[in-house]
Amino acid sequence: MSDVLAVTDHRRGELRDVSYELITAGRQLANETGGDLHIAVISGTVDDFAEKLNRNGVDAVHTVSHGEEFNHDVYTQTITQLYDELAPQFVLTPNSVNGLDYAPAVANQLDLPVVTDTVDLETDGETLIATREMYGGKVETTNELEGDAVVTIRGAEWPKAEGNGDASIEAFDVDIDEDAVGSTVNGFEEVGGGDVDISEADVLVSVGRGIEEEENLSIIQDLADALDATVSSSRPIVDNGWLPKNRQVGQSGKVVTPDVYIAIGISGAVQHVAGMKGSDTIVAINTDPNAPIMDIADYAIHDDLFDVVPALTEEFGG
Amino acid sequence: MKILVTVKEVATVEDEFEIEGTEIADQYLGADLNEWDDYAIEEAVQLQEDGIADEVVTVTIGPEDCEQTIRQALAKGADRAVRVWDDSLEGVDLLDVNAKTEILSAVIEDEDPDLVLTGVQAGDDSFGATGVSVAEEVGYQWGAVVNHLEHDFDDEVASVRRELEGGVEELTDIELPAVLTIQTGINEPRYASLRGIRQAQRKELDVQGLADLGVEESAIESELTLTDMYEPESESDVTVWEGSADETASELGELLRDKGVAP
Ligand SMILES: Cc1cc2nc3c(=O)[nH]c(=O)nc-3n(C[C@H](O)[C@H](O)[C@H](O)COP(=O)(O)OP(=O)(O)OC[C@H]3O[C@@H](n4cnc5c(N)ncnc54)[C@H](O)[C@@H]3O)c2cc1C
Ligand SMILES: Nc1ncnc2c1ncn2[C@@H]1O[C@H](COP(=O)(O)O)[C@@H](O)[C@H]1O
Repeated sequence: MSDVLAVTDHRRGELRDVSYELITAGRQLANETGGDLHIAVISGTVDDFAEKLNRNGVDAVHTVSHGEEFNHDVYTQTITQLYDELAPQFVLTPNSVNGLDYAPAVANQLDLPVVTDTVDLETDGETLIATREMYGGKVETTNELEGDAVVTIRGAEWPKAEGNGDASIEAFDVDIDEDAVGSTVNGFEEVGGGDVDISEADVLVSVGRGIEEEENLSIIQDLADALDATVSSSRPIVDNGWLPKNRQVGQSGKVVTPDVYIAIGISGAVQHVAGMKGSDTIVAINTDPNAPIMDIADYAIHDDLFDVVPALTEEFGG
Repeated sequence: MKILVTVKEVATVEDEFEIEGTEIADQYLGADLNEWDDYAIEEAVQLQEDGIADEVVTVTIGPEDCEQTIRQALAKGADRAVRVWDDSLEGVDLLDVNAKTEILSAVIEDEDPDLVLTGVQAGDDSFGATGVSVAEEVGYQWGAVVNHLEHDFDDEVASVRRELEGGVEELTDIELPAVLTIQTGINEPRYASLRGIRQAQRKELDVQGLADLGVEESAIESELTLTDMYEPESESDVTVWEGSADETASELGELLRDKGVAP
């Protein structure tokens, strides 16, 4: 009988979806170990959050009212204290940008192994079998470890927990050593605004690193013009400064749901897919038949974009 | 200020490949400087050019084959390199975060840098965890997923932007000494110049074993064991259009017209 402690994610007054997904993943593990599922919610309007998190399958919600926004030192100190108090077998956190800012520190401080970005978890109470990807999603691997561990879960892999729960909600009395808090969050800024909103487009002609050179972008623009569509891109195109930030699709860019998304020379890394998998129809043009984008594409052309794109433009009189 | 940059040589995989046991068969693998580390090197070199850093040292855990990648980092402007390798690491198919933390923190303790730059993640096994774990181990402050760093360090503080999800950036001050995990797009990594490549051949590349660093072999035993590797099952029923580019383009054209989204 071993418990699971799951640490939720929120930002600027809102719980993030992965928090509810953590409940599902955590409940599943707790069923397998025969233990309880504890949820921690740290900083912000924790009482309000706790009510929302009290869903089916949660045994206890531990609230820690300390500060408004995420601070990794506060999180690390709180979670290690909760671990000492509750002695869970698994500490589950989201594999979010903030999750990656504390989970490895928690693991190291507690002398536990850390396994990140998991997409599937299974345990018999002793061995944990964690499934994760390697090589940008080209392969999946299973990894085993014994005993306690810190595990981060990939977003949108587990369904969100639903239904009202009957968890106990307890304020956890944390002892924060302010001297050990060495970073200060001074604010937030939205980036990627501007004249074009790619999330409004019906058809996106989206270009990735397969385009190779900035000059070659003209064939993408020509296609978009011929189709009366909008150009978007994967991250490297924006990192290179070839297109502005407001064209970036993905985890750190925009989430788009057009009628048709044409991914041209884009491999389909998870952070990209997070921004476009809700598109109605996905078409991939890629020389690599094994590219991860093929797993979510509805239609695919396994061919050179420099041949296919001009031919398509010509189809539409471009 | 002294800067240590962690540099990994990552394995790259060809389009078509085969899996043997828990590994991709050797003949389908290539090697490259980790994309995220390239940005970390560039940031360090720019700090040096701005007169803020006096020394930029790289550290790599890897066999002798990696030296080409390490020379690449030296050619871009790092001053010298440390490479850590040991017979006991030979044949280990996965170095987990804890093992890397043990080794890299021993190097940090030796070098005593003010700032450590790592990549957000390694492109091959993508733990995305090494930098923050190392920081905790050596008692440095840290920041994960940094896409902007102010080059002034007033009051021994690094002012950074952390790139969160959905186009939101967090403005954060981090006390030095610190470890920052560097995100792509923070700068424009340079290509090494011919002169840089020539100079790199003469720069110091120091090789250290675990014993040199005072790391016990038992400390680097991975707690995580890789037990299986396979190609993921496709979730969608993808329709693959075959034929010449003209033929496939016209299939796609027809689809777009059917959907009523093309002229
Ligand atoms: C914290 C974090 C956040 C991130 N956020 C985002 C994000 O918001 N958006 C995003 O996109 N990425 C994001 N990334 C980066 C992501 O991990 C990938 O590195 C990136 O998506 C890869 O872009 P790509 O597919 O264009 O390039 P690659 O992965 O290099 O793929 C290029 C593709 O082009 C194909 N190709 C090459 N030549 C041709 C040709 N002639 N014809 C046809 N096909 C060709 C190749 O087969 C390959 O599949 C993030 C990463 C991290 C760590
Ligand atoms: N073998 C290694 N040698 C040197 N640095 C490494 C090594 N493995 C990981 N790192 C560093 O840690 C970062 C994150 O890697 P990871 O946590 O494995 O995804 C990389 O960008 C590197 O800077």
